[in-house]
Amino acid sequence: MYPEYLQLSLEKVAEKREENIAFQPERMTADEKETLLQGYHPDYRKDQYTELRAGANKGEFVNSELAETLMGRARVHASDLDLNNVDYDVDVLIIGAGGAGCAAAIEADEAGADVLMATKLRLGDANTMMAEGGIQGATKPGDSPAQHFLDAYGGGHYLGKKELVYKLVTEAPECFKWLSDLGVEFDKEEDGTMIAIHGGGTSRKRMHAAKDYTGAEIMRTLRDETRCRRIPCLNYAAVIELVRDEGGNIGGAILVNTNTKELKVVRAKTTIITTGGSGRLHIQGFPTSNHHGATADGLVLAYRVGAPLLFADTMQYHPTGAAYPEQILGALVTEKVRGLGAKLVNAEGEVFMHPLETRDVAAASVIRECSRGLGLDIQGGGQAVWLDTPMIEKIHGEGTIVSKIPGMFKMFNKYGIDMRKEPILIYPTLHYQNGGIEINEKCEVANTTNLYAAGEVVGGIHGRNRLMGNSLLDIIVFGREAGRQAAARAKEIDHVGKLNIDHVAEFEKELADAWVDTGVVSPKLFPHYKADFRNYLRTSFSSDRADKQ
Amino acid sequence: MSENNEPKTITINLYGKRYRVPDNMTMLKALEYCGYAPTRGIGCRHGFCGACAMVYRIKGERQLHYCLGCETRVQDMMYISTISYFPLEKQSYKLDEIEPSANMIMHLYPEIYSCVSCNTCTATCTQGIDVMGYIHDAQRGDFKACAEKSFNCIMCNCCASRCPAGISHPEVAMLARRINGRYISPKSEHLENRVEEVKHGNLCEEVHALIEKSEAELRELYNNREIEK
Repeated sequence: MYPEYLQLSLEKVAEKREENIAFQPERMTADEKETLLQGYHPDYRKDQYTELRAGANKGEFVNSELAETLMGRARVHASDLDLNNVDYDVDVLIIGAGGAGCAAAIEADEAGADVLMATKLRLGDANTMMAEGGIQGATKPGDSPAQHFLDAYGGGHYLGKKELVYKLVTEAPECFKWLSDLGVEFDKEEDGTMIAIHGGGTSRKRMHAAKDYTGAEIMRTLRDETRCRRIPCLNYAAVIELVRDEGGNIGGAILVNTNTKELKVVRAKTTIITTGGSGRLHIQGFPTSNHHGATADGLVLAYRVGAPLLFADTMQYHPTGAAYPEQILGALVTEKVRGLGAKLVNAEGEVFMHPLETRDVAAASVIRECSRGLGLDIQGGGQAVWLDTPMIEKIHGEGTIVSKIPGMFKMFNKYGIDMRKEPILIYPTLHYQNGGIEINEKCEVANTTNLYAAGEVVGGIHGRNRLMGNSLLDIIVFGREAGRQAAARAKEIDHVGKLNIDHVAEFEKELADAWVDTGVVSPKLFPHYKADFRNYLRTSFSSDRADKQ
Repeated sequence: MSENNEPKTITINLYGKRYRVPDNMTMLKALEYCGYAPTRGIGCRHGFCGACAMVYRIKGERQLHYCLGCETRVQDMMYISTISYFPLEKQSYKLDEIEPSANMIMHLYPEIYSCVSCNTCTATCTQGIDVMGYIHDAQRGDFKACAEKSFNCIMCNCCASRCPAGISHPEVAMLARRINGRYISPKSEHLENRVEEVKHGNLCEEVHALIEKSEAELRELYNNREIEK
C-alpha cells in the first residue's frame, strides 16, 4: 500500500496499463543516446567534477566527492608512531577480505607464502556478497573467449586495456573449474550442463548463477576456504596508510583497530590492495546498492604513494534502484524485471523509453524524466518514476513474479507493496566503480614496486562501462593472479628495509603548494549518516524523564 | 518536507536507553539516527551478509525476536540489542581429501548428534530456513538435502545463539554445501572440455587475432555480431 500522496499518480498508471503494454516505444538512435547521455548522465555533469591538484592524475577531473577524498589529509603522520616497532612481519599482506582478497589469499597460501589479511569489517564483508545476477564465462560450445572479448571490449566503449580483457576472458573457464572444485554450487541441469542466460550486452548466453545468490555463494565458499587453510585475517583492522622502505618499495601498511583505535605496523614483502569500490561516497548525492564499507580506501592508499588511476571519472549508475520505501532506498531492482516486460512509466502514466536500453542510457532517461517534472517527489527525500511490474503478470500470466523474481517480490512485500498488483518506485542507484588503480596483467600497480591490486579497486578491465557478470569474474581472475604474483615476488625479496611514510609529508606538501585543503581526512573508512537525519532532529531524543523505566 | 508529512515518531529502547525515532526506519537506520556510527555489526545493508543480527522484545510481550537490523522496521516499545559477533566452532578440512559420509561429519561436528529437536534454531532463523531439518539431514550424511535446505543461509548465526546443544549450524551447512557442489552435483563436461581447449587449442590465438585488429574493425565486428536467441 502506498501513501495518499502517491495515489493519484498510481491511478493514472493503472488506467493506462493495458495501453502501455501494447505500446512499443522505439529504441533511441545513436545520436539521441549521445544527446541524452551528455545532458543527463551523471558522468557528464561537469559541475559535479573537481580537478585533482596533486598526485599522478594531477590536472584530471573526477567526481568532487572522490576528489576531496583523494586530496584528503592523512590519518597518520610520521610522528604518530615508531615504524621500527613492527607488529606483524609477513610475506604477503592483503588489504581487504572480499572476493578478490580471498582469492588472492588462497593462491598466495597455495604458493607457500606467509599471508596476512586485514579488513575493516569482517572476513567476507564486501560487495561480492551482494552480487545477485551472475558471473560471465565462455564455458559453452557455442561460445568462445573471443566472443566474450568482443562483448566486454565493445561494451566498455573500446577503452579497456586489451591485455587485461584478454586475461579476463581466456582464464574464465579455468576459474569456473576452480570455483566448482572449491564447492561453489552453480545452477546446473540434471546432466551437469551449467545453466547460462543472457545479460545486458552479451551476445551469447554466458551468465552463470547460483540462484540469485551468486556472489554470496562464491564469497562464503572462498571465505570458508581461507579459514580451512587457517590464513590469518585481522577483522576490524582498517588500513590507513601504506609504508615504504628506504628504496621506495612498498613494504607493508599501518592498521588501526577500529574498536580500540590502536595502531599496528605490518611489514610485508609484497602488498595487495583488494578494497573494492566507492558507492558509499554517495557520488553526486546518489543512493547506493553498495556495502557499508565501500568508501574508496584503496584508491586513496595507492594514490598517495604515487599510483595513477584509470577512468576514475566514470561510475556505473544502475537505472533501477529502489526509491521507496525508505528502508530499501538504493537497493538493487534486478534488470530481469525489465527483461520480463515491465516498462518504466512516469508520474502521468506515460511510457518514456524502451525498457531494454543499456544501463547508462536508461539511468540518464530516468533522470531526465524527473528533471522535467514528470517524476514523483518522495517524502523523506528523492525522486522516482514507476516500474510497472503488474505488466509482467498480464504478459506472462499470474504467478510469474513469484516464480521468476522471488527475491524482488520478497523485498517489496516485506513493506506491504505487492508488486504483482502495484508498480514499484525506482531511481538510479550508484552501483559500481568502473575505473580505479592502473595495473598490468601481473596485477602490479603502475609507478610502484611490490604493490599489487585486484577487484573493483582496479581500473582498465571494463573500460568506461562494465557488463553485468564481468565483475564477479574479474575478482576471481585477477584476485588469483595478484596472489600468485605477490607470493612469487615475495620469494625473491630477502628483507624489507627500514620503513617510512615520507610519502605522506610529500603528498601533503604538494597539496599545500597547490593551496588545497579539502577539510577531509582519508581514507574515510565509513560513511556517516547522522547528518542525513537533520530534517528529523527536532523530533529526536526523548527527555530524560522518559528514560525512567 | 512539509510539516504535516512528518513521519510519526515512536519510542524504542536501544541498549537500555530510550529514544524517539520516526516509525518508518529500519532498526539499523534508527540506530544511526540516534547518533551511533557503527563500525561493527554492520555490513551490506541489504540483507545478504548477516552482519547486523539483532534481538528484540516488544514491551509487554513474552516472545523474543531475532532479525536483521537492515531489513526490519522499528516498532513502538521495541527493546533492542545487537549481536555483532557470536562464537561458532569451525573445523578445518581439506575438501580435496574429505570423504563425503556421515562418518566424516560425526568426526568433525559430533555435537550435531546432541540435538534435542527443540526446533528453536528454526524458530530463530531470520531467513525462514528449516534449520533443524538440515541438521537432521547432516546427521544422516544427506549432504544434498542439507545443502538445499540451507542454501539461503546468510550466516547471521542467530540459530547457534539459541542452541542448547551448542551446535554451530551455519558451519555444518557450509560444509554440506561445499561437499554438494564438489562431489554430489553432476560434473559439467562442457566446462572440463573448455578448460582443455583453452590450454591446448587455439582459443587464445583467436583472442590475440582480435587484439591485433584496429578499433574500426573491432567496432564493425561488435556492431554486427550475431546475438544468440
